[in-house]
Formats: sequence, structure tokens, C-alpha cells
Amino acid sequence: MSLKFVHEYRDGSLAKQLIAAIHGVKGAWMEGEPLKVESLPDNPKDHVQKPVRKKRRLRLMEVCGTHTMSIFRHGIPSVLPRGIELLSGPGCPVCVTAQQDIDAFVELALQKNVIVTTFGDLMRVPGRSSSLQQEKAGGREVRIVYSVFDALKTAQQNPDREIVFCAVGFETTIPTVAAAILMADEQQIENFSIHCAHKITPPALAALMETPEVSIDGFLLPGHVSVITGTDGYKEVFQRYQVPSVIAGFEPVDILRGIYMLVLQNHSGYPLLENAYERAVSKEGNPKARQMMAQVFDTVDAVWRGIGTIPLSGMVLKEKYIHFDALKKFDISPVETPEPAGCACGEILMGLKTPLQCALYGKKCTPVHPVGPCMVSSEGACAAHYKYMV
Amino acid sequence: MCLAVPSRIIEINNNVATVDVDGVKREASLMLLDDAVIGDYVIVHAGFAISKVDETAAEQTLQDMRNMLAFADQQQPE
Ligand code: SF4
Repeated sequence: MSLKFVHEYRDGSLAKQLIAAIHGVKGAWMEGEPLKVESLPDNPKDHVQKPVRKKRRLRLMEVCGTHTMSIFRHGIPSVLPRGIELLSGPGCPVCVTAQQDIDAFVELALQKNVIVTTFGDLMRVPGRSSSLQQEKAGGREVRIVYSVFDALKTAQQNPDREIVFCAVGFETTIPTVAAAILMADEQQIENFSIHCAHKITPPALAALMETPEVSIDGFLLPGHVSVITGTDGYKEVFQRYQVPSVIAGFEPVDILRGIYMLVLQNHSGYPLLENAYERAVSKEGNPKARQMMAQVFDTVDAVWRGIGTIPLSGMVLKEKYIHFDALKKFDISPVETPEPAGCACGEILMGLKTPLQCALYGKKCTPVHPVGPCMVSSEGACAAHYKYMV
Repeated sequence: MCLAVPSRIIEINNNVATVDVDGVKREASLMLLDDAVIGDYVIVHAGFAISKVDETAAEQTLQDMRNMLAFADQQQPE
């Protein structure tokens, strides 16, 4: 059976035409203002023999872990002109989670009578002293769930235990957690709580643009975050920074089309906010989901790995639902902890480095022994690089 | 975490849909969608249907893309 809405967007001939069209836009990545930044060599090994090339490259950033995976899986970097560089931005939910939140999850697993429920990707992220996986191996109860509803079900099935859900994720996930909180409230499920490390996307784009070292010529905006925010969700950031921006889906043709549109915008010199995922994303997004988010959470400043505090980029439970806050329930206060020494996850998330430019990559840090979350999560830049590029 | 492949709704019970992706069946809550019916294609994220897939838009996109590529071809004769 062929999958509807999938095979057309994996059409090889369409992909080839798009690749040719991208190559055909001559000059998009050589012209423009004289160098603002020195470009980095393709491979750090080249650094020694060759001087850093001074030509201006086009730096496009995808802001979604699912894009990162898809881009690598389909070998997209290898079919693009060498003048186009793809960067993985702050779009992998586990990778952007601050060290203090990872430690809080581990701390919660150590509480008496607790069952911690989590998405699988968080299990192996190293905290200050251990990871959820290590705690599980040591006899603590940590269960992987596919949905926050599974966590809620666990709470209903184990009335004499305390169920904690590790809430990470962006706009796509936040409404699902909000729905679970509303349901827990309605059904008075009192042995359920969450530690909320949710993040919202547009403030992170703004934070990147405000960082002087960061240079980005276009954003490939996350398809499924945009399902919720709609094109309108990026309007403010776009108007302020005027960076070419295209919302894209996840099949190879979707991604190539998005890249082509970003290249065209750079070529013409007129930045636009465009939607190339029309079949799933509308102008206004999913208002019902956003309404639920707003009903349950307040927007607050939040700490992102490597980036630091970004104003109004995180979520906390509203006062009315504060009894579902795991840190309050177990009286835990997060302590600021340094990120693992030598790990460049933060710089990678900001497009300042590529995984190959991390000294630990492939040596001390591998998928079997990950040092940072970018190597743990399958959506992380280091893990995707390791899996498909070595 | 994100299932990028659209799933078809084959059953709805109590605001929970049974969806099918290439023969694999899963449950997805419809709490975040107002107007989903059996037969609709939806995008499912972490156990929730978050959006309907717009069939007309999907076809239009492919058509637009072909037009755009034909235009690009004309602009750059090799
Ligand atoms: S390779 Fe490992 S240590 Fe280096 S940035 Fe990636 S996750 Fe961090």
C-alpha cells in the first residue's frame, strides 16, 4: 500500500528537479554584502592545509529535530551546492532542555513511592550525577511512555503511587500536556504531577537573531510546531528581524522545496515569511490547542541549554493547577549545574559550530557513551551526524 | 516523538480515534481537534491528532511546485 500524502513527496524526479533548480540559482550564495563572518571550512581537518574560505556561504537553519533527522536520512546535505550550509537549530526538545531540568527529573526519580514517566529520548541524557536510565537500572521506577495520556493512565492504575511526567517539548507537545492536566483536574487524579520544561519557538528565533556572533540567512521553520502556531505565530519575529523564513514539511520534496524558496528569497533580496506545508499548516494554526495551552500554563522566562535564559520562552502551570507541579509537590528546587565539560551542544544549537567541530565528537562522545543530549536524542544534531555521516 | 506520516481515522469512540498508518493501528485523542470525522487524514503527535491534512492544499502544492519548476527551467536554459 502506498502511503497517501507521502509517496508524492518522496518522488525522485520531483526531488531531482528541485535540486537542479537550487543549483540553477547562480549567485545566491556568492553575492550579497561583503563577509560579515568568516565562514567555517567544511571539515575541520581542512583547517590546517587551507586558509578559511572567505566567500560568503548561505547559512540556512532548520529549527526542528524531525527536520534534522529527515535531512540526514535522505542525504540532503550531499546534494546541495557547497555554498549552502545547513545548520541544526534549537529544535530538538531534549537537546534544548537545561541541565538543571535534567537533574530535576533524576531527582524526582529518587523520591519515595514515585514512578517517573518520560518520552524515551530523555532516558540516557546524563545529569549531574546520573541519568534516568541509570536510576532505573539501580531499581527506581522509570517508565517510557508514548503519550502523556499513558502517564495519566499509569496514575489511574496505581492509585497508591505518585506518577510524575517529564514534560519536555515545544508547541506541538504542550497542548497535549495541557489536555492531560485538564483531564486530571476534572477527574481529580491527585497522584499525577509534571515537571514542566516546555519551550516555545519564536522567542528562541529572536534570541538567536539578537546574538551578534550568530549569522543565519534563512530559517526552515518547524512543520508541526507551525500546525499549532500557524504562519501568524512567527509574524512578529519575522517583522522585527526580516530573515527569510519558510515553514516546511518533512518529506524530501518538502524540505528541498523549502530550501529552494529560501535560496530564491536570498537571491532576490526580499525576505518573506512563507508556508510550504500548506496541507497541514494554516495561517491561524490550531486555536483550540493554543487556547488549552493558555488555560493551563503561563508564559515565563526559561533556561535553554547553551543559550541561557530567553525571555518569555517557557511555561509554568497556572496557580489554579499548581497542585500538579512535581517540584512543589516534592519540595525540590532546581540547582544551576554546569553543562558537561567540553560539550558543544549549546553552540551547535545556535549554529555556531557543527558536530565535527566538537573535540569530543566520535571520541569521548558516541551514541553508546553520549556526553551531551545532542548525541542522545535521535533528533539531535550529533546523533544524526554520527548515524548518517560516518 | 513526532509521526510525520498522516494517519487515517477509521473509528471514533468517545473522542478517541483509531488511526491507521499503512496497516498499523493506533489510538489518537481528538481533544485538540473540533471537526475530525472517519475517513479524515490527520497528523498525530504523541497520542493526539493535532491537525487535519487538507487534501485540496496537498494537490495544489504539487501543482504549484510543477509550475514553479517549469518556470525555473525557462529562466535558466543550460
Ligand atoms: S559530540 Fe557529544 S559532547 Fe560534543 S556537542 Fe555533541 S553531544 Fe556534546
